[in-house]
Order: sequence, then structure tokens, then C-alpha cells
Amino acid sequence: MVANKFELKPGGATREAFGKTLVELGRESKDVVVCDADLSKSTYTHLFAKEFPERFFSCGIAESNMVAIGAGLASAGKTAFVSSFSAFVLNKGFEQLRVTAAYPNVPLKVVGTHSGISIGEDGPSQMSIEDISLACSLPGFSVFSPADEVSMAAIMRLATAHPGPVFIRAGRAKTLSIYGPEQTFEIGKAIELVTGTDVVLIAHGLMVAESLKAVDLLAAEGISAGVVDMHTIKPIDRDAITRAAQVGAIVVSEEHLVDCGLGVRVAQVLSETKPCIVEYVGVENTYAESGTPDAVLDKYGLRAANIAAAAKRAIARKRG
Amino acid sequence: MNKTSNPQDLAQIAKRVRREIVSMITAAKSGHPGGSLSATEILVTLYFDVMKHDPANPKWADRDRFVLGKGHACPVLYSVMAECGYTPLDKLNTFRQLGSIYQGHPDVRFIPALEASTGSLGEGLSLGLGMACAARLNGSPSRSYVVLGDGEIQEGQIWEAAMFGAFHKLDNAVCIVDYNKIQLDGFTKDIMDVEPLADKWRAFGWHTIEVDGHSIPALQAAFAEASATKGKPTVLVAHTIKGKGVSFMENNPKFHGTAPTAAECEQALKELA
Repeated sequence: MVANKFELKPGGATREAFGKTLVELGRESKDVVVCDADLSKSTYTHLFAKEFPERFFSCGIAESNMVAIGAGLASAGKTAFVSSFSAFVLNKGFEQLRVTAAYPNVPLKVVGTHSGISIGEDGPSQMSIEDISLACSLPGFSVFSPADEVSMAAIMRLATAHPGPVFIRAGRAKTLSIYGPEQTFEIGKAIELVTGTDVVLIAHGLMVAESLKAVDLLAAEGISAGVVDMHTIKPIDRDAITRAAQVGAIVVSEEHLVDCGLGVRVAQVLSETKPCIVEYVGVENTYAESGTPDAVLDKYGLRAANIAAAAKRAIARKRG
Repeated sequence: MNKTSNPQDLAQIAKRVRREIVSMITAAKSGHPGGSLSATEILVTLYFDVMKHDPANPKWADRDRFVLGKGHACPVLYSVMAECGYTPLDKLNTFRQLGSIYQGHPDVRFIPALEASTGSLGEGLSLGLGMACAARLNGSPSRSYVVLGDGEIQEGQIWEAAMFGAFHKLDNAVCIVDYNKIQLDGFTKDIMDVEPLADKWRAFGWHTIEVDGHSIPALQAAFAEASATKGKPTVLVAHTIKGKGVSFMENNPKFHGTAPTAAECEQALKELA
């Protein structure tokens, strides 16, 4: 059995890492500009606004306009970030993301915070459970879902240097810290965190830490589970998925609708490369509800125990 | 290209542009003649007199930016850009055919000298204002010019952008509403009245000029007034006639989005001779 070499420690929220990294990027280049829709204190772009007020564009509560203003800035050569809650920037700004960023291939940087259901008390109108699907449907967009602060900071830098449009998904809740500062990241290259021989757990965002916890739960029952952090959802790492299929059982976990997130993209790759048994953990064709983040994640089944149970189902199916 | 401030010379160019609009839409057997003909003097005055741009150097950093919000009126934009020398004049009649750079709506993938791909109404003003923000940050004299349709301003995003432009005091941005009073389904006043139009823009904090959109001297004066206006963006409410220049197209909702027949084209070109 391979020991879980990643020790999970309490960390900060990916939205906070986004805001802090934005300030660093702003110091490094005067071309970095930020558009906000009256949520800068929640998205942490207020840090950028404080240091670079002339490069911070308050758009008011008008996400459609904000996206196209950002696209105009990016068309004129700026490194333009637009940010809001993921539910608002993706859903209210989708038409503008399509026509002013994706279609003309304008390198707009879109960051959606408060994604998934771990926003908790605010409830379903603010919970973004379809953002991965929407962002992946835009030709030319690269789509990222970092798992902790270190990966958010690294992916922010990769996305900034990337010549095309990007969507980065961030969360409200504090994460468990996974990576050390020495960890390197590459667009489209998943990180194989743990090697296992019975089942591989593929995840993005906060479900990576839950998958790592599930490794220990499964090990206690003599099951060897691997973990893959799919921080880039698009372009997807086909080789990592195909390698995972060698053990014959996969669980894909995400804080997103299972109907249209990472899971179906993994299944698509597998159907083309190496068909494999897959179980899915995510939000099942429903909207969640208010509650503390922990209570909501428990009720809607986005926990290590749910992943471990799915892993056992997959292994049982594999053994016939 | 030869720029000119002479209204007679500009009127001659406008006549040529109208002939090209009618010809290319006839050849394509589809397209939007009415709103192309109503915006002709506006675009000719901008491209041949008012705007600072260089067809030999289309990515010149300090160029003025033009965005056609009402992207379906692209025949007038294609004709004017071709007359300026950006794109081939002799290919205008490939409009809307597979492989043509003259796509059904403006597409930067096919004509990199375009500033924006448009066609989904309501988005162009935001784009132009974003470009104006970039110009101000760069200390550039570049100005943004955005032409909107009067039906287009029924889109809510236009008014989000209007608030943004005034709030950020973007005096390097000019919006021109091609107020031809007709949209696809009929007269604007019957579909969703936009009146009182000038009052709306004033209430949103824009310097507002009502102008005859077919009078080249009046347009020149209005653009000069816009350039001299500081601390707020300017909008030209340009009163125009849909289908202007072709008797049977004028004020006729049918020619919002219907191509002329060969016989109608012949008649139109006679009138525009």
C-alpha cells in the first residue's frame, strides 16, 4: 500500500489566493486591469482596487456589461480580469462570454468565486453548480478549478500568460492545503497525487482534499486508491485519465452537477481510449439549500465517506 | 486612402457606398439593406474625415476604434473599409458566401482590421467603452466610436453600458444611434417605443446631440462638438431614414432584412447613379 504522502493542513480560501495573486500580477505589469460588479469585498479584488484604483473598473451590479467591458479592455491589449460570484458572471454574462470573448478569441480572464454549494447559507440562487459545463462549452476557453491556495496562485500565473480566454473557478470556503510551494503546475497536465492499484479517485476543487481523505478511509479497509487532481478541466489530460483506467475502476468527484461536469468529460475520454467502470460523486439533478457549508456538503453527499462508498461500488462492479 | 473634409466629396463616396451595398446584398440574395443605407453618411464621415486611422497600419496603437453594434448592417462597414483600402473592393460581391472575408456579420477572424465581432445586439457599446478605458490608461488620444441601431437599444445591456460610460467620464467615447425608426418586425414605436430618446441619454449623463444623420456637415459639426466635450461621453441621436437613397426601400420595414431582386437592384442602381 502506498502511503498518502500529502498531509492536509488548514489553508485559506481560493478566492483569497486569487485576490492576493492579482495584486502581485498588478505590481509586475501595469497592463493588468480588473473589472468588478459590486462584490470586490467578497471576491478579494478589493485588494487590487486599493493598490491600483486607476486600473480597477467598478461596473456596478451589471455582469453582462462587465464581461463586455473586460473584453473591450482585452481587445485593446490589456490583461483584463473580470470577476464576480461564479453563478453571476457565468450565467448573467454567458452571452457576452460567448460573443465578445470566445468567438473572437479575446484573451479575457474570467474568475468566478463562491462556486459550488460550499457557499452554504446564501443558498441556491448564489450556488454555481453549472459553471464548469457552461465554461467548457465555449470554444477556445481554458477552464481551471484549483484545489488550494498554492494551486490557485500558480494557475493564475499560467492563465495570465496564456494567450486565450480562461475561466478559473474559486470557492468561498477555506480549503485544506495540499501543495507545498515547490509544486509545479502545467496547463492541461493533471497531478497524480497518490498511486493506487484498486481504484483511482479523480477530482477538482475542494473534492481533491476529500479524495485524499477517502484514500485513508479506503486503506483502513485494505483498498488501495489513487488520486488525480484534474485542476485543468479543459483542455483535459487524456493521458492521465487513460492511465487511471488501467486499474479498472474510477470515481470522479466534483462540487458541480454530475450531469454536465468533469465526470462526463472523463467518461467521454474513456469511451475513446480505454473503457472503464466509473462512479460519480456530485450534485444530482437538483438545487441544494441553505445551511452551514459543512451541513450542506454532508447532506448533498460531497464528502470523503461518499467518495469511499462510490469507490467500493466501482470495485464491486469491476469484480463482477 | 485619401481623407477629405469636403462634404461634396464625402457625398460622392456615400453614393458609391450605397451602390456597393445594394449590389452586394443582391448578389448574396440575403442581408440587411435598410439599416446599411441609413447609416451610410455616418460611416463615410467617420472613416473618411473624422477618425484617425491608417489602412496601411491597421494595428496602429493610437488609432481610433470603430465598433458596429448593429452588426447586421455590415454591408455599409464592408463597403467603407474596402473604399479605404483595408479589404478588396472587387470581392464585395462574395458577401455571405462560404470562404468570403465578408461574413454575414462582422467577424475579426476573417478581417483582423475589424475591432470587434458583432451581430448579437446590445454588446458593442460595452466593447467600445472598454477600449476607451484602455486608451485613457495608456494616455493615448485614441477615441471610440460605436454605432447602434434604434431597435438595438431595447437591449438592457446598452443602459448598463450607458451608466458605465457616464460614471467613468469617458469623454473619449462617442455613441451614434442610427435612429431610422424601423426594426425587423415593423416600426420601432409599435414594437417597443424608445422615446423620449434624447431625454433618456441625457438622464443617463451623456452629452446628447440630435442631428440629421444624412447631413454630412451636420455630422461633422456634431463629431467636432463631441471631441470638444470634456468629462462625459457624447451620444449622437442621428435621425435617419431606413433604406435612404432607394425610393422603394425608404421607410419600408420589408427592406430591413430582405435582399432586392435583380430588377429591384437595377432600379436602385439607376436611382443611385
